Amino acid sequence: MTPPRTLDQLSPGEEGQIEALLCTGSMRRRLLDIGLTENTRVTCLHRAPGGDPSAYLIRGAVIAIRAIDGKDILLKETRVWD
Amino acid sequence: MGLTHHSVGIRAIDSGLTIHKQFKNDRVIALAGNPNVGKSTIFNGLTGLKQHTGNWPGKTVASAEGYYATAKNRYVLVDIPGTYSLMAHSAEEEVARNFLCFGQPDAVIVVCDATCLERHLNLVLQTLEICSNVVVCVNLMDEAARKHIRIDLKAISQRLGVPVVSTVARKKRDLSALMEQVDQLIEKNPSSPLTVHYPPEIEAAIAVIQPHLPNSCADPKRRRWLSLKLLDRDPSLLSEIAGCYGDDFLENADLKAAIEDAEAGLLAAGFPPEKREDAIVSSLTKEAERICAGAVTFQIEKVSAADHRVDRILTSRVAGYPLMLLLLAVIFWITIVGANYPSSLLSQGLFFVEDRLTELFIYLHAPDWLHGALVLGVYRVLAWVVSVMLPPMAIFFPLFTLLEDSGYLPRIAYNLDRPFQRCCACGKQALTMCMGFGCNAAGIVGCRIIDSPRERLLAILTNNFVPCNGRFPTLIALLTMFFIGTAGGALSSLYSALLLTAVILFGILTTLGATWLLSKTVLRGVPSSFTLELPPYRRPQIGKVIWRSLCDRTVFVLGRAAAVAAPAGLILWLIANITVGGNTLLNHGAEFLDPFARLMGLDGVILIGFILGFPANEIVLPIILMAYMAQGSLAELPDLMMMKTLLTDHGWTVHTAINVMLFSLLHWPCSTALITVKKETGSLKWTALAAVLPTAIGVLICMLTTFLFGLFTP
Repeated sequence: MTPPRTLDQLSPGEEGQIEALLCTGSMRRRLLDIGLTENTRVTCLHRAPGGDPSAYLIRGAVIAIRAIDGKDILLKETRVWD
Repeated sequence: MGLTHHSVGIRAIDSGLTIHKQFKNDRVIALAGNPNVGKSTIFNGLTGLKQHTGNWPGKTVASAEGYYATAKNRYVLVDIPGTYSLMAHSAEEEVARNFLCFGQPDAVIVVCDATCLERHLNLVLQTLEICSNVVVCVNLMDEAARKHIRIDLKAISQRLGVPVVSTVARKKRDLSALMEQVDQLIEKNPSSPLTVHYPPEIEAAIAVIQPHLPNSCADPKRRRWLSLKLLDRDPSLLSEIAGCYGDDFLENADLKAAIEDAEAGLLAAGFPPEKREDAIVSSLTKEAERICAGAVTFQIEKVSAADHRVDRILTSRVAGYPLMLLLLAVIFWITIVGANYPSSLLSQGLFFVEDRLTELFIYLHAPDWLHGALVLGVYRVLAWVVSVMLPPMAIFFPLFTLLEDSGYLPRIAYNLDRPFQRCCACGKQALTMCMGFGCNAAGIVGCRIIDSPRERLLAILTNNFVPCNGRFPTLIALLTMFFIGTAGGALSSLYSALLLTAVILFGILTTLGATWLLSKTVLRGVPSSFTLELPPYRRPQIGKVIWRSLCDRTVFVLGRAAAVAAPAGLILWLIANITVGGNTLLNHGAEFLDPFARLMGLDGVILIGFILGFPANEIVLPIILMAYMAQGSLAELPDLMMMKTLLTDHGWTVHTAINVMLFSLLHWPCSTALITVKKETGSLKWTALAAVLPTAIGVLICMLTTFLFGLFTP
């Protein structure tokens, strides 16, 4: 079984759907504030010059999230091919 | 040094707010909203005030108030900092929440972004939990129209149970319609806002606490909200409650027992605090989704797609950093080229006036000392400051404001997050540095946008490494004199723009180095989590921006400089003319400092210039020049090239110029900046560090360069 996909694994252009947030504390609240709840669709747009953070399209807004934080955001096993 | 909230002075932010009513029956209206939805634009449009606006989140970090009158009512409008939520995770959210809850506004206008209304409803729903008199203002309707987003305002209004008004904040007509709605709301109080329902376990806990709240809190909506919030035991909220309802409110034994009961019930039902908050936020998000379902329709986002394409270039691996530097260099180039001509014109004009003043004094048979003190002292320094400082400021400020309005600044933060992360800080520090370009004090206040207290302190302590507008002209003048010569055409100005960019780059690298050093020593810690919103690009309102930054910022900064320069000129004249033991005070001071200054490749006079320039960096170079002139070598005020002759006559070399530029970049912050550090951190210790750190680095680097120069010069 492959480990579950997380947000940081989305390549620019790819889309995913939120399964759950594993982070706690203030980061969790921040992410909830920007509307990152279960089933929310997220598209990765691009990465910063240093390769981190990446910008994601979340509910119409563009939000930058670091890879280290993205590892705590689980994605649903979506069918990327359709 | 423990990193408690207290030690880094988060409490220093004024979470309380006094409203100044013009008349007793003025109504208080709070203007709330997520960051960067145009709240300040609406505020300015209504009040005619000039709160600074900019296209990035966190522009308004403190509250502002202004006045507006409709045909029926007079209002005090309070612009509170933008927040995503009222759950008080950060200083701004605390300010917003405290004002909405305990500032007792007569009504609240919640400003939302039409392009992502659903997300913004989160704040609307939370506001509805506290206040009934709410008008939802859906702003940026023009942007939404461009993105083919349709919003059924009537449906949204029905579902929320409060009036919803759409606006394009730049249009006056929309704003008066908004205020008419507020009029109606206040007079008839017709709204019956929606209540968000939480999972049964949480509702049960609310039901346990609510009956035990003392009756001094009568409003049922408020009672429900307080019951929910008392479960959090947030100390700041508790002290606000005590301040509002009296100390005995929370001391009530009944209430205490009820809170314990509710807490136990929630734990038994499997709802520890973490899960509780999740459930609450999810309920809010689901409610927002339900409200928007069918009422907000999207089409394919063609315009966003264009934004994203631009971003892919501006933040790309290959071009991201070079484009940033190029943009900076271009701004400097325009500033330098543009400032050259008006600068010499101004100085000619001002020194023409000086000659006339001198004639006037002679005509009046005024004593020599009076002429010396007022004309050669006060007026000359003032004239210097105006002619050298004004043109670069008047060009740089508007250019930078245009960049700010376009929405590029958050991209800088995005690009630079990685390097800052390496130094255990965050990319938002880059935003505060950008503000520091204008004024370090503004940059230091701007550090409030950083949530983590540790990272915020890092940004405050290192903000001074970005040269503010008071130091730019010094740098430009020295670069021009010693590296380019004023004669050359376009090529030489290009060269000086590139050199200035290199100086700034050096400042940025020093910032990174100092941040790293601090986070490995006194401010140890790991980078905290980070989210940054990249707002859509907007076409800046060019005319308005130029006018505003000319009138407000330039005149303000110049006024401050002049206010400081005049007395400094007087003091300078005095110490240059009062003699003790056959030598002037200035010479005594300069001689005393000279041995130390020589170690840094400077001289005593230069160091005195920096010391007297403590109130405002703008006057450092003028003071140095005046001091040299007071020592009696040149009577006429020269242009830039004659200025160079004056400096070289006093022993300046290219090395001296380099060291002066380095020390200008790396020395103690000006008095305004230091006072701001004290205010923001609430601690003398950190204020002292903010002064000592750059000075120590500056002294060391200047000594190092002097040592190196010594090796290469015979």
